[in-house]
Amino acid sequence: MFKKKAITFLLSVFMLLTLAVGCSDADEGQASSEDGKTVKFMHLWPEGSSAQHNKIVSEIINDFESENPDVTIDLEVLSNEQYKDKLKVLSTSNELPDVGMTWAAGFLEPYVDGELFAPLDDLVEGELKNRFVSGTAEAYAVDGTTYGLPLELNIATVFYNKAIFEAYGLEAPKTYEEFQQIVKTLNDNGVAPVALGNKDRWTGSLWYMYLADRIGGSDLLTNAINRSASFDDPDLVQAAKEVQNLVDMNTFVKGFNGLSDEEAKSMFMNEQAAMYLIATWDLPNYTTNEDVPQEFRDSVGYFNFPTVDGNGDMNSFVGGPGVGLFVSENSEVKQEAKDFASFFVQEWGEKSVTEAGVIPATKVDAGSLDLPQMYVDVLNDLNQASNLTLFADVQMSADVAQVHLDMIQSLFGKEVAPGDFTKQHGDALSNE
Amino acid sequence: MNKVMSNKWVITIYILPALLLVGVLIFIPLLLSGYYGLMDWNGISAMEFIGLENYITAIQDVKFWESAWHSLLLALFSTLSLVGYLAISVILASRIKGSDLLRKIYLVPMLLSSVAIAQLWIKVFNPTNGMLNSVLMTIGFENPPAWLAEPSIVLFAIFVPILWQYAGFYILIYYAALKNIPETIIEAARIDGATPLQIAFRIKVPLIMTVIKVTIVLAIVGSLKYFDLIYVMTGGGPNGASEVMASYMYKLAFSSNDFGYGSAIGFLLLIITLIVTIIIRKATATKEEIQY
Repeated sequence: MFKKKAITFLLSVFMLLTLAVGCSDADEGQASSEDGKTVKFMHLWPEGSSAQHNKIVSEIINDFESENPDVTIDLEVLSNEQYKDKLKVLSTSNELPDVGMTWAAGFLEPYVDGELFAPLDDLVEGELKNRFVSGTAEAYAVDGTTYGLPLELNIATVFYNKAIFEAYGLEAPKTYEEFQQIVKTLNDNGVAPVALGNKDRWTGSLWYMYLADRIGGSDLLTNAINRSASFDDPDLVQAAKEVQNLVDMNTFVKGFNGLSDEEAKSMFMNEQAAMYLIATWDLPNYTTNEDVPQEFRDSVGYFNFPTVDGNGDMNSFVGGPGVGLFVSENSEVKQEAKDFASFFVQEWGEKSVTEAGVIPATKVDAGSLDLPQMYVDVLNDLNQASNLTLFADVQMSADVAQVHLDMIQSLFGKEVAPGDFTKQHGDALSNE
Repeated sequence: MNKVMSNKWVITIYILPALLLVGVLIFIPLLLSGYYGLMDWNGISAMEFIGLENYITAIQDVKFWESAWHSLLLALFSTLSLVGYLAISVILASRIKGSDLLRKIYLVPMLLSSVAIAQLWIKVFNPTNGMLNSVLMTIGFENPPAWLAEPSIVLFAIFVPILWQYAGFYILIYYAALKNIPETIIEAARIDGATPLQIAFRIKVPLIMTVIKVTIVLAIVGSLKYFDLIYVMTGGGPNGASEVMASYMYKLAFSSNDFGYGSAIGFLLLIITLIVTIIIRKATATKEEIQY
């Protein structure tokens, strides 16, 4: 009898010990940050895939910490898709980082509805006043209140391989007819004309958006999305038809619907395809990135999407602010978090131009900086832009964006007729 | 020891930790996802109770049933592939030269993470630079298909790495079971004049039938809830052609921001898997216990 009790007792002690050890570990982790304040910061530029971005962020954090010795930045880095997932999971359990990255418009809205992001009007109207390119901070506003500080500004353009173009006596097209002729010439010579990774779907959306912009005018798609125009508009159907025309002409690399954007990019960068429609976040690869051979960087040029049948304005762009910073509404160190976000935006504006070669959402004085020529050209284009249409999947709410993206893949795969393509959009929007 | 085991307290102490973990990490979330399925919830803002609406939508959702059909197809193919694994194991277990090395080679895919396997096979399937199409083109096929982009092919193309991934696991199980059969039985059969084929089909396979049943259940349940390679390789695309139930659930919850509906699909996935498992168990149930 005594033996039995002894064993039971021993077991219970053992289990309690295990529990106690587990708990004490957890306690130790928090103890270290007692003297100063810790701001948790999450971003989506891992060292591997976004080396320059990552480096700038580290520099900014170092600068901030040395200027504010009592504040520590606790950093977490995830890649794009994982970042989006984690942000959602954290928000369900109300554990958002104090400062993090968000996208504009449709992505932002549920977080604002849930009162998870802090209003940043005091910063935008205060120390950051007049610093942003007009139209960028507004994309982060819901009902007139700004909830995000934009970092990047991107426009989509067609990058092309000048060496391949020269080899076949081609020139950057000004009209859609010229573009089609180029596609034909390249195909006749066994060169894949356009690299497209449509597994990611937003890549194909860029093509549709530009065609809709050129055929139907720069406001049509935006109006259809906010339901002041109809998706049944013949111009939107025509744009969908044009997409399938391009597919029939073998414009895009083989198997594009199964390729990711990364794979398409590597085809373009390995000179296996002549053209690549992507936004200017890729500029460093063609200008400053030392990991890309100089010879290839020199051979890349870009042109704005051509006019279609004489319609459209080549200065109308698809694009928009990329990621921006949010501050968590429930943060315990909100003031420090806001300070950090504001500091980040300002220093980012200076460093991102020269070091990462991306276009910041803050105003840049191009004349005073020594910049690659392509960079200056893009900045000039931006200054002359007649219109900037925000990426369709960013404009739409998450539900509708999924329908749009799935439909894009079907349209390119010729599984859906142009008329059905637009009708499904209309249905999804009216069900919202 | 028997005395110890008859004490209820001791039993409780032994069972409690595992029970708590399973309860907190599995059963409570299961019930919760069923409950979330009753809500209209985007995962961020407040929930709104809408009764069975999500479940009714799901039952009428063509895309859901398509993905369920794809999952069932995967279950069918993994079950069929077990025959091949069994054949390989019988050969491996019969003391051929190098069987040890071969066994280890077959096990390698199991040691790789799913994402690594997916990346590997994305490269293999690449329509222009991929290994598969390069080989096909050198042996004379002029226009080999774009494996992951053709809606009619993509599902079966992905089945290949999924089945390949688990080959080693089942071969290992069968191998261990076959090695467990006493040598004396095989010896006796041989003396009685049984051919190697007869020994395999009449003696070895019946003797490991219980193990085979377990692997069938494992293969089917594993297939019905399968997610990893599909998510990384195609994300369920092009336009749902390779969508399975789990990837559809994920897409609804995380991409469409519809956690309520996603939870409902998740709960239906659980119910479907449960029903199929029960059916399989009933169908393969036998009363006799094997004794060597």
